[in-house]
Amino acid sequence: MTPRQRLQLAGCAAPAGAFFLAFWLLPALRLLALPAEQGWKTYFIVLTDGRYIESMLNTVLLSVVVTLATLAIGATIGIYLARRSFRGKHLLLALLTLPLSFPGVIIGFFVILLGGRQGLVADLSAALTGGERITFAYGLLGMFLAYLYFSLPRAVATYTAAAEAMDLQLEEAARSLGASPLRIVRDVWIPELAPTTVACGAIVFATSMGAFGTAFTLASKFEVVPITIYNEFTNYANFALAASLSIALGLVTWLVLFLTRRFGSGDGLR
Amino acid sequence: MRTQAQKPAPFLFAVTALTTVFMIAPMLLSVLAGLVNNYSAGIKSGFTLRWLTEVWEVYGGTVGWSLVIAAASVAITALLGVPCAYALARSRSRLARAFEELLTLPVAVPGLATALALILAYGQIAAFRQSFAFILVGHVVFTMPFMVRTVASAFQRNDLIALEEAARTLGASFPQRFLGVLVPAVFPAIVAGALMVFTLSVGEFNLTWMLHTPLTRTLPVGLADSYASMRIEIGSAYTLVFFIVILPVLWALQALAQLMQKRYGT
Repeated sequence: MTPRQRLQLAGCAAPAGAFFLAFWLLPALRLLALPAEQGWKTYFIVLTDGRYIESMLNTVLLSVVVTLATLAIGATIGIYLARRSFRGKHLLLALLTLPLSFPGVIIGFFVILLGGRQGLVADLSAALTGGERITFAYGLLGMFLAYLYFSLPRAVATYTAAAEAMDLQLEEAARSLGASPLRIVRDVWIPELAPTTVACGAIVFATSMGAFGTAFTLASKFEVVPITIYNEFTNYANFALAASLSIALGLVTWLVLFLTRRFGSGDGLR
Repeated sequence: MRTQAQKPAPFLFAVTALTTVFMIAPMLLSVLAGLVNNYSAGIKSGFTLRWLTEVWEVYGGTVGWSLVIAAASVAITALLGVPCAYALARSRSRLARAFEELLTLPVAVPGLATALALILAYGQIAAFRQSFAFILVGHVVFTMPFMVRTVASAFQRNDLIALEEAARTLGASFPQRFLGVLVPAVFPAIVAGALMVFTLSVGEFNLTWMLHTPLTRTLPVGLADSYASMRIEIGSAYTLVFFIVILPVLWALQALAQLMQKRYGT
């Protein structure tokens, strides 16, 4: 590569680089330095203060459970849709992936429509039992369903594409050798879909960790870290603490994405 | 289609059917709730467009601004991102790899953290803080990696490298090669990236809720406000406005991206 070409490439990258430096890297470094103003201990507040530990555990546990459920349901639907041809299949797939473009707040509202005080389930349960209105939108179940709702479309889309590329011969060989359906799932489907599972799982987990709009709309009793950060920043104007929690949340999310990229693409999985 | 696999699979079918109901019922419910006179009285209270007009009066401006910000995000990410993608695709230096890794951080790091960082760094500049440009900057930072990654992988094609070499030996200058040969060749990827940027920007809430002011509100911000403070019919009607305005735009862009892929695709 000649020096002239190198200069041309540098010139091409410069505008985006300058924008990124000014509006992400420098602000992020400032955020990173902020907790130090209140002493080094502020960085570890998420590990030392009971309230924040609980919030972080809530977030991680919810994200893990949602990721597992999403992967299991997404893979099931993906395999079903990839193997069937029926009228309206494309429409169904389009409808199932439509929520990818919805803001998180809409999904929170959906769960309120289903399980809120004026929700569908409350109306149905009142009509059936004559009085008792069942609500689940503002607790853990509401959060779980909402997070499942915004995670499923991505899983359905990726698993359908992956399942269409699956090798049917392996499965037929296993079946003709007398393997039970459960063994086929364990020994054929899961290994064959493993790369998709790792990649999709990482994205679903990362999205769940950072999701703010859904939890904000539900105003759930089940507090997650994005809500804690928002409260510290807006209600208590505790910027250093909000920064420290943001760093912790960013680290956990980035670490999971980094590890799956590092080990997911290698052949250590098979 | 693999017809030999069309044997009954009751478990797979049940999961698919249940999930479909779970995904589609809330959409229908919200459309219905936005059109009835009184939600708690149900369909018997009759249908009305009253809530829709009320939403348009209170929140109408948010729709236009959301579309403007999304379009501006597409324009800026394309202008800055396409040359950057070219540089990253051609350069083998360690600096380029490091920059590539850094560029994915705004996606990996939760939007709330990015928004906090922007407010801490630029919140004091009132004219900037109180304008839509503040939100736009946040959206560009967050969506740029998607544009760069999509276009960079298109620039890496081997036949493009040969094409560029041919143009160079024929005496084409760098701007001529870039705009006359390379950009047209990766145009389908640019359209695909633009679709992603537009979709992400229109629905963005995590960053935008922190960056907005009472005078700079986008559609998702207005939605959150209506869910928190208005009656359920208005929230539903506003959700319906989102469907009516945004979805046709998204579908048109998607159709355009597919057309480009078919005609000029790799």
